[in-house]
This record gives sequence, C-alpha cells and structure tokens, in this order.
Amino acid sequence: MNDSFLLDGEEIPFTPGQTVMQAAASAGKYIPHLCWHPDFAAHGSCKLCTVKIGGRFATACTVRASAGQEVENRTEELDAKRRTLLQLLFVEGNHFCPSCEKSGDCALQATAYEMGMLTPHFDHFYPDRPVDASHPDVLLEFNRCIMCELCVRASREVDGKDVFALAGRGTKSHLIVNSETGRLADTDFASTDRAAEVCPVGVILKKRVGFAVPIGARTYDLNPISAVGTKREPQAAPLANDAHEKEAG
Amino acid sequence: MMAQENLNDTSSASAAATPRKLKVATVSLAGCFGCHMSFLDIDERILPLLELVEFDRSPITDIKHCGPCDIGLIEGGVCNAENVHVLREFRANCKVLIALGACAVNGGLPAQRNHLELADILQMVYRTGHGLAVGSAIPNDPELPLPLNQVHPVHEVVKIDYFLPGCPPSGDAIWAFLTQHIEGKDPALGHGLLHYD
Repeated sequence: MNDSFLLDGEEIPFTPGQTVMQAAASAGKYIPHLCWHPDFAAHGSCKLCTVKIGGRFATACTVRASAGQEVENRTEELDAKRRTLLQLLFVEGNHFCPSCEKSGDCALQATAYEMGMLTPHFDHFYPDRPVDASHPDVLLEFNRCIMCELCVRASREVDGKDVFALAGRGTKSHLIVNSETGRLADTDFASTDRAAEVCPVGVILKKRVGFAVPIGARTYDLNPISAVGTKREPQAAPLANDAHEKEAG
Repeated sequence: MMAQENLNDTSSASAAATPRKLKVATVSLAGCFGCHMSFLDIDERILPLLELVEFDRSPITDIKHCGPCDIGLIEGGVCNAENVHVLREFRANCKVLIALGACAVNGGLPAQRNHLELADILQMVYRTGHGLAVGSAIPNDPELPLPLNQVHPVHEVVKIDYFLPGCPPSGDAIWAFLTQHIEGKDPALGHGLLHYD
C-alpha cells in the first residue's frame, strides 16, 4: 500500500493532502488534542497532539500524512509530555471541576483522565478572570479558557460575526469579546451560533441547560475520550441542548 | 504484603501470617469532611482493611496528634496557619503522604476566594454584608488560627507522594488506591475511578 503510514505500528490509510491527525481520526484512532477540530483548519497551538514521526517531534494536526511514515503516538514518553502540558493548562486557569457544569463533557478534563493526570503538580496562578453573564442566553466563564481559539474560528468562519478574539501576550493572553463595552450582550452573538457549542471546556455555556444531563451520566463519564474520539464534537452537545430547549419552550 | 484477594476476604486475611499493621493517620484541613465520609463508603470493606492497618490521628479515633505513621491521608487544602502546622506534623511523621480529594489536590472550593483580597472578604462577611447582627465584628479570638491570604493545595506546602483527586473520590476509588498501595504497587485508577468532580 502506497498511501498509508504506521501509527503505533498500525497501518493507517490516508488520502493525499490529509494530515496525520485527519487520517488517524478517519480511521477511528485517537491522537490526543484540544485545539484541533475536524470542521476547522488546524491551529497547532495546544501541542497535545505532538507525536514522533521518524523519531522527531511534530504536531499531528499540522503535518501532512505521507506514505511510509512511522508515527509514535501513545507512548509513555509522549503521554508524559502531554500530562505536563495539561498540568500547565490546569494551573494557568481556574479549573474547579466540582463546580463546573461542563464537568463530564469537558475535553480538557477527559484528556487529563486519559493521560492519568492525578495532580496539577505546578503552583497555581489563580488568575482573576471575571465572568460575563450579560448575554440573556449564554454565560462566559473565562476562568476555564485554554485559548484554543475554536470559538474565535467558529464565529469568524462559520457565523461570520467575529465575536471573539485573543488579546495580550504570553501569560497575559486572554479571550476578549469584540464589542465596545467588551460584553457579550453588546454583540450579535446568538445561542444558535456555531461558536456557542464549539468550546471544548466550560467557557461558553448556554444558560438554563447546564444540568439537563446529571454529572455521572455525561459523555466522558460513560466512555473515555479515546473511545469517544471526535464523534461527539460536532453533534452530541447541541442535540442534547436542543432537546431540552424544546421541552422547556 | 497481602494480596488483594486477601483484602476482600476477612477469613483468609486473618488466617494469613500477619505482618505488622500499617499505621494510618487522616486529617481534614480546609475540607468539608466529604472525603472522610467517602472513605467510610468502603462500607464493610473497612473490616478487612482493619486487618492490615490501624488508625493513629484521625477523626475516626479522635487522637489529636500523630506519631510515626506509614500512611497519611490529607483531605482539604491549606487555608490557615493551623493547617500549615498540622500538614507539617503529618509530613514529619508519615512515610507516605496522600492528597485525598479535590481540595487537597488543587485547593478546591475554598480556593475560589483566591482572586479576592482577604481583608475585603472579612469586611464583607462580618461588617458590611446583609443580615448581620448589630455589633458584628471580625472575629479576633487568639485561639482562632489566622487565615492565609490564599488557599493552597497541599503540594505547595510539603512534598506529597500520591494524589487521589475527586470531589470526593468515590469509596471504590479510595479502596482501589489504598489496596494497591498496601500491596506495594503504584496505585493506578482507570476510567470510571479517576474523577475530578
């Protein structure tokens, strides 16, 4: 076979132009990731998908698949690095899972489970990030932002609204809302926007549906993220919310 | 060390040649005792556990200071000066220290005050808040430990050997963790037992 590569020793077919991540996802293989989403162009920022290709580190979401590549993915070496990246994300924000309504549906949490992260290890930043509850239908909980820019991309590319952006540099980077006041209520953002359901963590939350599915019965409570893969990301969350909204309406 | 089958079976555990019992101390610092309640959720498994361990300082025994121990279980983060002293006492006496539950691991709910000024919080709660009795004042009894400016996870104060997250970790998770540890293994929690919520 020409158009295939080896992922942890397993042959993965690809079509020319696909990235290693796209080919692996198409084949149902899980490469850990946070900022990558099948519906959007690669961002390459979270580095969770770092694999070794021919012995060299590379982000699977940005490297084109090519015939004969030997890709290491779920090795203890790489998972240990991923665990460290996750720990850095956990201490940079305020990730208090017990009081987060995204718990159990959160890709950051589920990926940390998958990597066996037991402690954030580093000293916590405990940053001060006020929430924005101004919008009638959607809450912005900036404490949990990992700056994957999925909402930025979704709002710009799908919704055509450009509601979100990242501002600042380095540890001062943060998500902002593009309105004069900086408040979400003063944009044309709607809870039906793609950007409203693309957040992998608990920043963009639809109001009044948070506990429609109880903790313990949620996506990653039932199955590890390596088994759920990308299946859930485009459909599951909005479906659950729509059903609830119909009931409530 | 005892095999896990023995832990699950009281009769064979007591019949087996009994090594010295491991000494276990437990404490709740800035926690809600939920992790201790969850510890009791191991239910009747506490009987085979007691074949292997005996409790030193713990809310279960009401012993006030811990002596030399094999295992220390710390619930809760560090929010005041007394927490620091107790945590250091545990570290000085326990061969292995385990952070038990979300608050010990990352500060948890009490740490959600960390972005606020302590003085502002005390003013608000005791002086300017709603529904206060006339003459309410910030408590200043010398017996009260002074609060720290921020709540810290225990690993920011002393070295911690193992972490068992969860709010609380389930009885099954605590059981799995302790039995694996007592068997001399590096405890590993799989999907379903590892939870941060």
